[in-house]
Amino acid sequence: MKTKVNDFAFKLANVNGTGSASANGLLMQAIFRMGIPVSGKNLFPSNIQGLPTWYEIRVNKDGHTARTSEYDLMVAMNAETFARDVKEVRSGGWVLYDSTKPLDKALVRPDVTFLGVPYAKLCGEAWTDDRQRTLMKNICYVGTLAALLGIDMEVVSGMLDEKFSRKPALLESNHKAIEIGRRYALENLPCPLPLRLEKMDATRDAILIDGNTAAALGCVYAGATVAAWYPITPSTSVMDGFKSFCERYRLDKATGERKYCIVQAEDELAAIGMVIGASWMGARSFTSTSGPGISLMNELIGLAYYAEIPAVIVDVQRVGPSTGMPTRTQQGDILLCAYASHGDTKHIVLFPSDPNECFQFAVKSFDLAERFQTPVFMLTDLDIGMNDWVVPRLEWDDTYRPDRGRVLSREDLEKMPKFYRYSPEDELGVAARTLPGVHARGAFFTRGSGHNKLGGYTEIPDEYQEVVDRLRRKHDAAKEHVPAPVFVERPGAAVGVVTLGGCDRAVREALERLDARGVRADFMRVRGFPFGKAVEDFLREHEVVFVVEQNRDAQLRSLLVLETEAPKEKLRSVLAYGGFPLQANQVVDGIMKQLRTGADA
Amino acid sequence: MSYIKKPVARHPSLRPNALGLTIRDYEGSMSTLCAGCGHDSITAAIVRALYELDVPPHMLAKLSGIGCSSKTPTYFVSGAHGFNSAHGRMPAIATGANAANRALLYIGVSGDGDSLSIGLGQMVHAMRRNLRMLYVIENNGVYGLTKGQFSASSDIGSKSKRGEANTQPPIDPVMLALDIGATYVARSFSGDKAQLVPILKGALRHNGFALVDVISPCVTFNDHEGSTKSYLYTRKHQLPIVQADFVPPAAEIRAEYAPGTVHEVRMHDGSTLQLHKVGPDYDPTDRRAAWSFLSERQRSGEIPTGLLYLDESGSDMHAAAKTVSRPLAQMPFEELCPGEAALRKLQDAYR
Repeated sequence: MKTKVNDFAFKLANVNGTGSASANGLLMQAIFRMGIPVSGKNLFPSNIQGLPTWYEIRVNKDGHTARTSEYDLMVAMNAETFARDVKEVRSGGWVLYDSTKPLDKALVRPDVTFLGVPYAKLCGEAWTDDRQRTLMKNICYVGTLAALLGIDMEVVSGMLDEKFSRKPALLESNHKAIEIGRRYALENLPCPLPLRLEKMDATRDAILIDGNTAAALGCVYAGATVAAWYPITPSTSVMDGFKSFCERYRLDKATGERKYCIVQAEDELAAIGMVIGASWMGARSFTSTSGPGISLMNELIGLAYYAEIPAVIVDVQRVGPSTGMPTRTQQGDILLCAYASHGDTKHIVLFPSDPNECFQFAVKSFDLAERFQTPVFMLTDLDIGMNDWVVPRLEWDDTYRPDRGRVLSREDLEKMPKFYRYSPEDELGVAARTLPGVHARGAFFTRGSGHNKLGGYTEIPDEYQEVVDRLRRKHDAAKEHVPAPVFVERPGAAVGVVTLGGCDRAVREALERLDARGVRADFMRVRGFPFGKAVEDFLREHEVVFVVEQNRDAQLRSLLVLETEAPKEKLRSVLAYGGFPLQANQVVDGIMKQLRTGADA
Repeated sequence: MSYIKKPVARHPSLRPNALGLTIRDYEGSMSTLCAGCGHDSITAAIVRALYELDVPPHMLAKLSGIGCSSKTPTYFVSGAHGFNSAHGRMPAIATGANAANRALLYIGVSGDGDSLSIGLGQMVHAMRRNLRMLYVIENNGVYGLTKGQFSASSDIGSKSKRGEANTQPPIDPVMLALDIGATYVARSFSGDKAQLVPILKGALRHNGFALVDVISPCVTFNDHEGSTKSYLYTRKHQLPIVQADFVPPAAEIRAEYAPGTVHEVRMHDGSTLQLHKVGPDYDPTDRRAAWSFLSERQRSGEIPTGLLYLDESGSDMHAAAKTVSRPLAQMPFEELCPGEAALRKLQDAYR
């Protein structure tokens, strides 16, 4: 077989809670440090210990690191799932397994090579403690894979030294485990396999980071001081990250006091209420949650919208409806967020595609929330939020200053004979606000009940409509202020493909593959709602537009139909919503199937 | 009526407070509640307390949920920012606001529906955090705006206007507050301003969550015979236990009392609360004793009132969260953003 260099995928089947996560993370990081484009997808259960869990690693020299289920190699460490794991390897591939117990003949596939290493036995001899035996088995296979795939041992050793520099006992046993697994492979297995990792220089300016951490960092850089939240998978690590960055950057040097306040709320209803209260006072404030939390927050999101109070809501989407699958990914909250709450409401929604954009868009969310005095959603998902991604280094411009929008100062108020909250409006439909504690003249009654343009209570139709019509204009005005779409154009493209968020890499790869098959498509990834002129133009300029997204009901397509001039008929859906990150072949198949059907018709 | 402009009448005898403001400066717009509503008396007591404490209007934040009670923040201190939020959600808004700006004084006005049903969870969690605020429950045992349904504070057997008897046991905010660990717990009656004003003043100076439950009869839906929240019933069964006197920081304590009859508590701003035992022997600083005493008296149909429990030694939400003393909302951006060099350095750990 031809050797595949820096272009293959392998999957690791483990038992949850056995320390496999750190072994797998080590592998992925080592490949990253070898300069090779890589992705790691953690397919984990909603469980603390005992259930099966998988990790997939894909390396691709061309940078195509979307998920793929075409595995060249399976590291089958979980007896419970062994049978199905073996079935998933591509024909001609390899299975690495623990050969302490003999292989069940019934499970052997003739078209796959089985590589046995007696991990339990080796670790049983090397360590006496049961827990350590279990943990070290995982580190052991890292050593085996290093020998089989050609992972740079210097890189691996260096990483262990960094990781365990303060824990010499662990450092020693990790080195030992790696060496046991590696030596056994070198002596007993056909090393190296024709799946080869070779050093490249493609990740020099990149970092390896998950989206939740990057989003948290963005909130710190944006100057957020108040955060309120309720624990929910997969968003919890946003607040973990915010807390640890604040501990690092936000302590008063003299007193050790905190220049931030994180409140773990009693539920999501309270979490969003706290964000609104803090924003009312003029602090930059946010919450992070997932779909079930957004459902609960709907009530007060409408209040913030109508009373025109900024709020930033990070929604790390998971699979719904209801509890759904908390540890699986989906883009199922698009419509929920765009129109959250009862009555006529429309919101600004940003769709980052990777951790780098999570950082940038977090900052942007606060600027938009304050400029437009309204809730802003940053919609990520479990795949972006919880998996480590190779992305360009985050950049910061020290000349950045927050856009606080129209806020009247004490001096402004001194000069004014009278202040009214909701007039006059500027060209964006935004009226100036005042903050409590500044001046008695700026005092007014913030309310979610009917109000007129002066801020007074009303039940008069004209007065009510005047205000909500302005809110509509304000939302429209945000079109050209949300991040613009990104495009990849191909000369002579017949069709357009629209996508959003974490679909980006799979769709780009799919379009390259389609191009190779003679189907040329232009690519547009929308990055914000409401949709601006560029989105309208793209839809108008293509006769057929495929909309690729990860939900059952074609929510992005629905939003495009509702909120642009594009005729419904020309927007066709390519959907994947089973809960795993999107793959290029799903997009290729989805588009080809419809093109063929179209040609037949 | 709200469309009638409230006449500005400045009687020459109106005495300015230390800020040069008269009591009129602490009033709000005209009440739209029913004539005789207990809530309006509470509003008047709040106005009086704020005036006497020399509170700068713009340094006050007044919040509410939904219901008759929640309309009342409009009726006091026009110069203060107000927030009429959603039903039962005022505690969360107040928590966020207080987190962002600890320099302000917070008053939340709520009702028994707002606090004891839809907002029960948020109220007890605000207590649990010892959020520094005055939390007033204008308690009338009935849903007024939706025309007379029983609330969670209605007593068993209390009759609705149509004669129907309530069958479910009440949730008593005072007992709940004692149980949860609230640090300032009082009950009063809208018809007893002499008792209520000092309780409110003490609450506004308290370094934590102050629950003031005020029986406030609803003249339209719950002031009839058979109701246990009517004016008549409350007057008849009220049992004043502790009378509070508020003594500002600089003032000299003049009166002398027989030993054992007065309990003095120093507030964090230097003022003093003198608690006079006007009822039976009672220690307002002993949570467990207070709880047993009150539960016993209430079982026998009495309504014990006064400043029932006080603990000034607790730490509020900010102390527990170790936040800086300056309001976070006014923190300059330069102090909040770590900057480019820090970001570059940080990312070496993500390699």
